[in-house]
Amino acid sequence: MGDNLLSLILCTPLIGVLVLLFIPGTMKNAIRWWANISAVAGFLVSLPLIMNFDKSLDGYQFVERINWIPALGVQYLIGVDGISVLMVMLTTFMGMLAIFSSWDSINDKVKEYYAMFLLQQVGMIGVFISLDFMLFYVFWELVLVPMYFIIGVWGGPRKLYAAIKFFLYTLAGGVLMLLGIITLYLQHIAQTGVATFEITQLMNTQMPMWMEQLVFWSFFLGFAIKVPMFPFHTWLPDAHTEAPTAGSVILAAVLLKMGTYGFIRFSLPLLPNASADRTIVNVLVVLSLIGIIYGALVSLMQQDWKKLVAYSSVSHLGFCTLGIFALNEQGIAGSVIQQINHGISTGMLFLIVGVIYERRHTREIKEYGGLAHVMPNYAVVFAFAMLSSAGLPLLNGFIGEFTILQAAFQANMAWGAFAVTGVIFGAAYLLWLYQRTMLGEVTNEKNKGLKDLNWKEWVVFVPLMAWAIAIGVYPKPYFDILEKPVAAIVERVNGPKAPVNAAVIELKKTEAR
Amino acid sequence: MSSFYTATDHFVLLPALLLALFACATLLFDFWVFPESQRRKHLVWFVLMGEVFASVAYFRQHLFLSQHGGELQAFGGSLVVDQFALYFHWIFVASTVIAVIMSYKYFEVRDEHHGEYYGLILLAQCGMYFLASGNELVVLFVGLETMALTFYVLVGLLKRDQRSNEAALKYFLLGALSSGLLVYGFSLLYGMSGSTKLSEIGAAVANRDSGDTVLFLAVATILSGLLFKIAAAPFHMWAPDTYEGAPTVVTAYLAVASKAASLALLLRILLGPLASSRDVWMPILAGAALLSMTIGNIAAVTQTNTKRLLAYSSINHAGYILLGVVAGNQTGIQGVLIYTMVYVVMTLGAFLVLTVLCRDTTTGEDINDLHGLMRRSPAHAIWMLIFLLSLAGIPPTAGFIGKYFIFLSLIETGHYWLAAAAAVYVAVAIYYYFRIVKSMFVDKEETEMPALSLSLGTRVALAATGAMTLGIGIYPEPFVKFAQQTLR
Repeated sequence: MGDNLLSLILCTPLIGVLVLLFIPGTMKNAIRWWANISAVAGFLVSLPLIMNFDKSLDGYQFVERINWIPALGVQYLIGVDGISVLMVMLTTFMGMLAIFSSWDSINDKVKEYYAMFLLQQVGMIGVFISLDFMLFYVFWELVLVPMYFIIGVWGGPRKLYAAIKFFLYTLAGGVLMLLGIITLYLQHIAQTGVATFEITQLMNTQMPMWMEQLVFWSFFLGFAIKVPMFPFHTWLPDAHTEAPTAGSVILAAVLLKMGTYGFIRFSLPLLPNASADRTIVNVLVVLSLIGIIYGALVSLMQQDWKKLVAYSSVSHLGFCTLGIFALNEQGIAGSVIQQINHGISTGMLFLIVGVIYERRHTREIKEYGGLAHVMPNYAVVFAFAMLSSAGLPLLNGFIGEFTILQAAFQANMAWGAFAVTGVIFGAAYLLWLYQRTMLGEVTNEKNKGLKDLNWKEWVVFVPLMAWAIAIGVYPKPYFDILEKPVAAIVERVNGPKAPVNAAVIELKKTEAR
Repeated sequence: MSSFYTATDHFVLLPALLLALFACATLLFDFWVFPESQRRKHLVWFVLMGEVFASVAYFRQHLFLSQHGGELQAFGGSLVVDQFALYFHWIFVASTVIAVIMSYKYFEVRDEHHGEYYGLILLAQCGMYFLASGNELVVLFVGLETMALTFYVLVGLLKRDQRSNEAALKYFLLGALSSGLLVYGFSLLYGMSGSTKLSEIGAAVANRDSGDTVLFLAVATILSGLLFKIAAAPFHMWAPDTYEGAPTVVTAYLAVASKAASLALLLRILLGPLASSRDVWMPILAGAALLSMTIGNIAAVTQTNTKRLLAYSSINHAGYILLGVVAGNQTGIQGVLIYTMVYVVMTLGAFLVLTVLCRDTTTGEDINDLHGLMRRSPAHAIWMLIFLLSLAGIPPTAGFIGKYFIFLSLIETGHYWLAAAAAVYVAVAIYYYFRIVKSMFVDKEETEMPALSLSLGTRVALAATGAMTLGIGIYPEPFVKFAQQTLR
């Protein structure tokens, strides 16, 4: 195992899909069992990764390298540092829970559903472990197709609109990002004569400032659409709202993190000069702040329970990007932790909406009220998720938001001041939502006979709650594991820079044959 | 070069001779050996045999070239076989074989039995031979017309079908016009140089300055004719109607082989005698490429007929291929070659799935006919999904590799805006390709659909094109190497 651990983690869901294809579509329970076994196995094989990860080392660990397409300079090069380890764990863990949570809710085309879900796991894990830019791009695009089907086939009433919108937005961003990748690659060839997409080598590339900025904006389009940052967020409420519960969970918990991860892994280290450029930082921070405040304000106005949670994602992801572009160590570490927190708490909020939607088949907030009387356990779990999302001390959300705010204040007082209002609005829309749905008298007759959480739902919620408390009470391991990679990134962006060659290196313009 | 008519001439010409012989023999056999029409489908075996013979001849040429290097010339340099020509010859062989396998079942289902069909297909391929190997204006033009004339007949093959007739007439009238333009351009080239040999024309063209009116006229008319043949805007009008009206198998063959052959001609002329006047044709091609992508993508969005949709998509692909020529460096031309191969494979695959759906005159052509294909036949739905993803250029399929090279060459030569436009159109294209996906995977069929018309041949062909589409995408190394060697 040892040497090929990452490949094993990557392939476990894939093997699951391949076996799944041979189970007849009519044996629904067999399919469910197998899919869950694959997902649990996917999580279990990823445990040795975090256990054997040595956080005192610089650079990447568990590296595997195969020359994949020498003619293009593409390698199958995978490896992890502290940031990607956390992301991989988040992916396998949330994937497992999301797959389990679909046991009762998906009854149509069960086989295809689980196949798509497992395939998506492969793509997402691949994104987080790729150290070759082209390999990363392949996984990046691979994720789109399963998600299109999960939204488009098993989604809500406007599923097709939401699915194609998701696909078009992210694909457009992705292809424009590809142009940036190619520019970087060609520049590297022009300077060193070596054709490679390996990111550690591409870091040595020096570009004239205008080109570096151009590449930055092309990466920005790819990542910012995925995050999504204001003003590219419009696909998100649609996709989140229409996707089936498990789809929304994985979309919020993992898929969006691909964008923020992209900024941390690629934009900052590869383009340090552009990333530290005042104009660029200001633009990105302002967009993040707009996202935080705008997302929170729009959440306040929502009539649809799920859409409210969806817009809250825009706000929370705003914190993540703000942390990244504060460009200091707390900011980036806080951002990564906040990404995990958002995965846990927003994942829980989506599951909570899913629970009630299963029972009542409506997401209108005004249909509910006083549910705490009928479903006390449910109300407790919801309260927990809400407080975790709102950033109550001793729960996970607090750690992330606090660190990011600290970083923002350190970078610029005004940024911090604006971001704090986001926290306040965040508490407001969550508490108000809780009040409208859970508290008071039961106003709607239909809600009187609702059943409380069943054991399958408990199985999903308990691990998430435990994780949330663990981060909230003792976040030190997370900061420890992030210390080295974050320090390396910050040093690269803020540290003394190698002088940019004054001579602009023109790309070779070879003549026609 | 001084001695005319040697053994080498035969060696070079052999594949074309074989194709023409088998074509004529097929026409004769049609009446003599298979008088009753039902059995004429067995002529497929005869065609395949012809392809085997031609392949052996190509393979011998390939061996000769890889041992001795350089190129083979025949008839005083009128014909040339180099790696570039062979690359296209292999594409023609592959697409003819698959088209013929498709046709067998297609015509049987419709109870149309045309022995001459198989003869014409071979004859068209014979014309393509001269397009890829010709090195002289008259040879090229004769090759082009041989191919075009057979296609006029093939498009109108379904005599009782009004749409087929209309398509043939449209294609013929516009095709004749474009041939006229092309031959006018050829005559100007001849006038400038006093020779019909491409090598000698090149020298004469190089002596003229790029602002020369006659030169511009020659370039413009030749490009008009060529753009017509590869169905690029603004000379694309014939494509949707012709693609829709022609029998689906002919549409497939027309979309891939005819386009590939015309591209070979385009590359021969633009990179050969007209290479020095790059400044003249480059802006025209860039404009045509942008226009093709725009028109192809935007018009495809509203189509409900899958054949029309694929027609617009093929206009779009012509645009991408032209971008490689616009970039014009080594990577760009390599990109054109790879893109052409990829385009042939994935387009044939998509049309294969459509022919499998064919039961009578219309079924399989409307986008609604694909409803619920995932439930009826998951294998075909998944193959179609792969072909559509490839057409759109999503990794890890072949289409991505093609697009990648185009982007690479455009950025390498500093055409950032063209690259950005081409990138954005990828996202537009996914919209209409995924209308087909939606139809297959999400929509339910309202009425009972007829069973699929499958034969062993179509299964094999589908598996082959599908495996190629995935294979080039996942492990492109050998294919990239192949294209690189071609340009050496």
